[in-house]
Amino acid sequence: MFRLLTILAVFFLSFSAQAAESTPKLDIGKGGQCVEDPQFMRKNHMHLLRHQRDETMRQGVRTGKYSLKNCVECHASTKDNSVIAREDSFCVACHRFEAVKIDCFECHSGERKSAWLQRNAK
Amino acid sequence: MIDNTLNRRQFLKSSVGVAAVAVAPGILLYGMANGGSEGASAKVRWGMLIDTSHCAEGCNDCVTACNKENGLSGGVAATDSQWIRKIEIKEIAGGRQLSLPMMCQHCENPPCVDVCPTTASFKRADGIVLVDKHRCIGCRYCMMACPYKARSFVHEALHDQNPDVPRGKGTVESCTMCVHRVDQGLQPACADACANKAILFGNLNDPDSEIAKKIRTVASVQVRADLRLNPGVRYQGL
Repeated sequence: MFRLLTILAVFFLSFSAQAAESTPKLDIGKGGQCVEDPQFMRKNHMHLLRHQRDETMRQGVRTGKYSLKNCVECHASTKDNSVIAREDSFCVACHRFEAVKIDCFECHSGERKSAWLQRNAK
Repeated sequence: MIDNTLNRRQFLKSSVGVAAVAVAPGILLYGMANGGSEGASAKVRWGMLIDTSHCAEGCNDCVTACNKENGLSGGVAATDSQWIRKIEIKEIAGGRQLSLPMMCQHCENPPCVDVCPTTASFKRADGIVLVDKHRCIGCRYCMMACPYKARSFVHEALHDQNPDVPRGKGTVESCTMCVHRVDQGLQPACADACANKAILFGNLNDPDSEIAKKIRTVASVQVRADLRLNPGVRYQGL
């Protein structure tokens, strides 16, 4: 019995250690809680974004709080103003970890508007 | 032909409307109450009046401003996106020459919306015709349907888009009447850039707006008015 417990204990310890090790390392930009708590956002950000994008695009409602532009505004790296530029950028690091492809940035900019304006000023 | 389709649509619309009122009056009222509070309002119809006598030959300012605002390359090859073009025309009999900008005419009955198989092409409540690129499959039916040749297809992957103007490979795009600026209360980039003030932007539905007053007092035409698409862009002196 004791032996079994030890084996189980060792198994769980090594499992949790492994889990802690393989958490993605993110550059969260400004970070902190924005629109919902972080755990909720981890699970549901795609639903919020998809719901709001239709209202914005098709009905012209631009006051919603779940906008992709707002995500970028807060979570873009303070170093390069982007959520997609590097391996550890906010969106890329997590999506790579979960092996989920992001299509958003094929069209949308992953950069802060202020940085884009600065670069594209005359 | 067109008369027939319009009549059929109007008939269907009205019969569906009656059914909706009868079945669910509560839901309809809720929708109407919320419709006006935010977003594009059907009380507004955005339009433009282009004064060709003020449009200078050889001037390309509106095109440049559009390219810069929307992040277009500025190329004019068949595979480059062009949202607005300058056109020089000449009346053969009299020899009168004119220069004018041509872009999406933001029709009231847009053929691009009619043909779109995924309802990606749509008309916003305030009359602006847009492509919802989330739904666009790049079939380009709308490009063929448009009598104004206003739409372009994005052939290559793009980078460094304006955060307010998402654009991407495999989708069709056209003049958005700078919808991101209009929603902020600004006017489109082309109207802003025109040194001669040849492009007048405004609300066609508001009888007190500058554009509505001008349309009431001066002669203006819609291009290919015979198609009865009722474009939101009108031309003066054409």
